[in-house]
Amino acid sequence: MSVWVWILVACAAAFVTKLLGYLVPRKLLANARIARVAGTLTIGLLASLTVANTVATGQELVVDARLGALVAAAIALWLKAPFLVVVIVGAAAAAGLRLLGAA
Amino acid sequence: MPTDLRHSPGARVGLSIAVATGLYGLSFGALAVSSGLDVWQTSALSLLLFSGGSQFAFIGVIAGGGSGAAAAGAAALLGIRNGVYGMQLNALLHPRGWRRFAAAHVTIDESLATSTGQTVLLEQKRGFWVAGLGIFVLWNVFTLIGALAGDALGDPKQWGLDGAAVAAFLGLLWPRLRSREAGAIAVACALATMLAVPFVPPGVPILVAAVVAGAIGWFGFRHGPDGEGLEPDLDPYPAPQGRPGPTDAQATR
Repeated sequence: MSVWVWILVACAAAFVTKLLGYLVPRKLLANARIARVAGTLTIGLLASLTVANTVATGQELVVDARLGALVAAAIALWLKAPFLVVVIVGAAAAAGLRLLGAA
Repeated sequence: MPTDLRHSPGARVGLSIAVATGLYGLSFGALAVSSGLDVWQTSALSLLLFSGGSQFAFIGVIAGGGSGAAAAGAAALLGIRNGVYGMQLNALLHPRGWRRFAAAHVTIDESLATSTGQTVLLEQKRGFWVAGLGIFVLWNVFTLIGALAGDALGDPKQWGLDGAAVAAFLGLLWPRLRSREAGAIAVACALATMLAVPFVPPGVPILVAAVVAGAIGWFGFRHGPDGEGLEPDLDPYPAPQGRPGPTDAQATR
């Protein structure tokens, strides 16, 4: 049940953030610093989520098939594969490495 | 010269972006149920939160064992850029009345990129609404299909769905790494995350990285361009050599 509460909190926060852009006078938010923080936050959070989902298991750092998925996805992105293909490549790499006996 | 909707360049680009983006709702749906959400919770995120990066962040934290609060925090911080996009779109399109609320809800990377890539006001409007509403419909349909399919798959690890999540986050990050500064921020936040993992509960390392990223944005890189990394995460208007870009196409129309 508590997951539902946080889902609704996240949804409300997302909508209010979007709406603020339309309602708040332009001067108030058109601060170069705020725009830059919004940009660096986006990069930082995505980098952190990538790493956490690759090597974190609870509070431990673990090297397993997920690292193979990261490398495979990076190669697919470097070859300019579309998003859905990148995701499938990542899944295939992790599943394949596990079949071969990786943890 | 206004063209009819069938020949509208804004609508055409918006539609193709909608199909491409809507399809990857499949991966969100499947990953959300493998992270432990049920089909209803998954659909609620796509209907009400409706911002790909924030939705993936929410389930990424939950999948790692993080709390709902940490998940909502990460999702909210990742959504701040949509507020900045809203400002740009408000100045561009001036939606009035109830349209403002609808416009706010479909303010995401893709609708902003489609709209701002057009040069005529009418096409900017068409691009925004076709991309925004088109993605909304398709993203939700494919989220549901992905969630039902993911539910039927059984053990998510056997299918490599944890690897799919890693790939999805890298895929969201990749297009934003266009400058050396962006790369440096990504590396700093990746290191901060790894250092934090053993010491704080799951989910919190991501918020630690957010503090690092926010501090870099607030205090650092004064010489860098404004809004570092704030370009939306796709470019719907690729201009290969030998073919006119969108600007030239407009001029000849």
